[in-house]
Amino acid sequence: MIARRRFLTLAAAGLAAPALARDVDLRLPGGPSARRLTDAFPGKRGMILQRTTPPLLETPLAAFDSGIFTPNDRFYVRWHWPFPTEIDPRAFRLTIDGHVATPLSLSLRDIAALPRFEIAAVNQCSGNSRGLFEPRVAGAQWAHGAMGNALWAGVRLKDVLARARVKDGARNVRFSGLDAPPLPESPDFAKSLGLDHALAGEVMLATHMNGQPLPLMNGFPLRLVVPGWFSTYWVKMLDRIEVLSGADDNYWMAKAYLVPATPGGSIAPGTKDFPRQPISTMVPRAFITNVLDGSRRHWQSALPVGGIAFGGDAGVARVEVSGDGGATWRDAVLGPDAGRDSFRRFDTIIAAPRGAARLMARCTSTAGVVQPLTGIWNPGGYLRGQVETIAVDFT
Amino acid sequence: MRLLLALAALIAALLAVGAAPAPRPVSIDLPFDATPFPDLGPGAPLAETINNNCLSCHSTEMVLTQPALTRAEWAGEVTKMRSVYKAPVAEADDAAIIDWLVVMSTRRPEAGG
Repeated sequence: MIARRRFLTLAAAGLAAPALARDVDLRLPGGPSARRLTDAFPGKRGMILQRTTPPLLETPLAAFDSGIFTPNDRFYVRWHWPFPTEIDPRAFRLTIDGHVATPLSLSLRDIAALPRFEIAAVNQCSGNSRGLFEPRVAGAQWAHGAMGNALWAGVRLKDVLARARVKDGARNVRFSGLDAPPLPESPDFAKSLGLDHALAGEVMLATHMNGQPLPLMNGFPLRLVVPGWFSTYWVKMLDRIEVLSGADDNYWMAKAYLVPATPGGSIAPGTKDFPRQPISTMVPRAFITNVLDGSRRHWQSALPVGGIAFGGDAGVARVEVSGDGGATWRDAVLGPDAGRDSFRRFDTIIAAPRGAARLMARCTSTAGVVQPLTGIWNPGGYLRGQVETIAVDFT
Repeated sequence: MRLLLALAALIAALLAVGAAPAPRPVSIDLPFDATPFPDLGPGAPLAETINNNCLSCHSTEMVLTQPALTRAEWAGEVTKMRSVYKAPVAEADDAAIIDWLVVMSTRRPEAGG
């Protein structure tokens, strides 16, 4: 009641800005949780508006219930800096230079002439679910929808690097795109992979996702795809590949996107001095997508529970579901395997309790990593991977 | 049914991938949010300084969706914008910006609840 009165007072004072209209409640602990659902961005529909400029658009969890491939018009969007809103594919060139014998400037036609490669892979923001960290941390306040799974098609990075003939002594490969900060002094966005990783084979340059050219907001005409690694490395509108003979000390590798160099990337809240390292591989996660957190539904004795899981940097070996807050578990049936790095569907039927219930899903990866029941914490709000709880009221 | 749909999507994908890159320029119009930060009511710091400093790079939602940060945390965010991202925020404006942020995040209807 107090909260309601306070809300009305603040609304009268003008604080209830349109951006916080109560279209969707992300149930972030302590709030603010209200977000608008938007169709205002070209080629996107029904997205959770986290920020208009530069765009941060989140996929509602229910969108993952319709299949393991996230439709392009529901795929999340995350930009650090402004990016071009018009691109001429005929004029576009990818520059490969640095520690190479043959610097290259490739057109999209040149790239399309290389051997084709495709892979189903999960793209997940490093800070996915940051808004659920407790204590809360600053940054984009995502719930679970800063992720998606697509069938990526294009060419292998190693085939492009082979044409440029990497010289002896190369150590890292740096990637940057057409996005650019508004001021020249600001740090341009660039990320690096170690040379061995860049040449491993599954790292690719995608021109298509889910059978269509990349949407401009997802990186048209070319983006890096790094299966098993967080999306910060999946550079969009990729137009420069620079082979480095040393370490990459640019801001986005040396200062940003760092996680504690501790088991699970976790430290005690408030810890100030701790060793850090660049974020890299993902961890297993599972999400129930047919019953939504905070929902109320009619009780039924046999409740279908299903959703999507992924193994982090491995496949999905097992998904278990609990209807009693983790006291008992039963194995779900796994859907078709679209590849190690893809979402995988799981479904089962549980005996639902009456009243307030807590549903859970727990993934075990093919590498044997099991989602923990308790959460980690770090000041960047990265690497969340604990078992998530769906509170539901059966009436 | 789900399997059939997945197969159909896969076949469509395989057909499309063979196609040449889009030959025509691709162009989109992004929405623009001109909403300024609001004043917070009688006796509260005015939004003028934060509006003059903090909207050239990002829209208001980035700030308004943050959890209830402490004064020190808000100050850290302002410093980070200037020192790391090179936002042209005069140090003389810090106090007015931080005052507004602290009041906003503690008075907000959902804060703490």
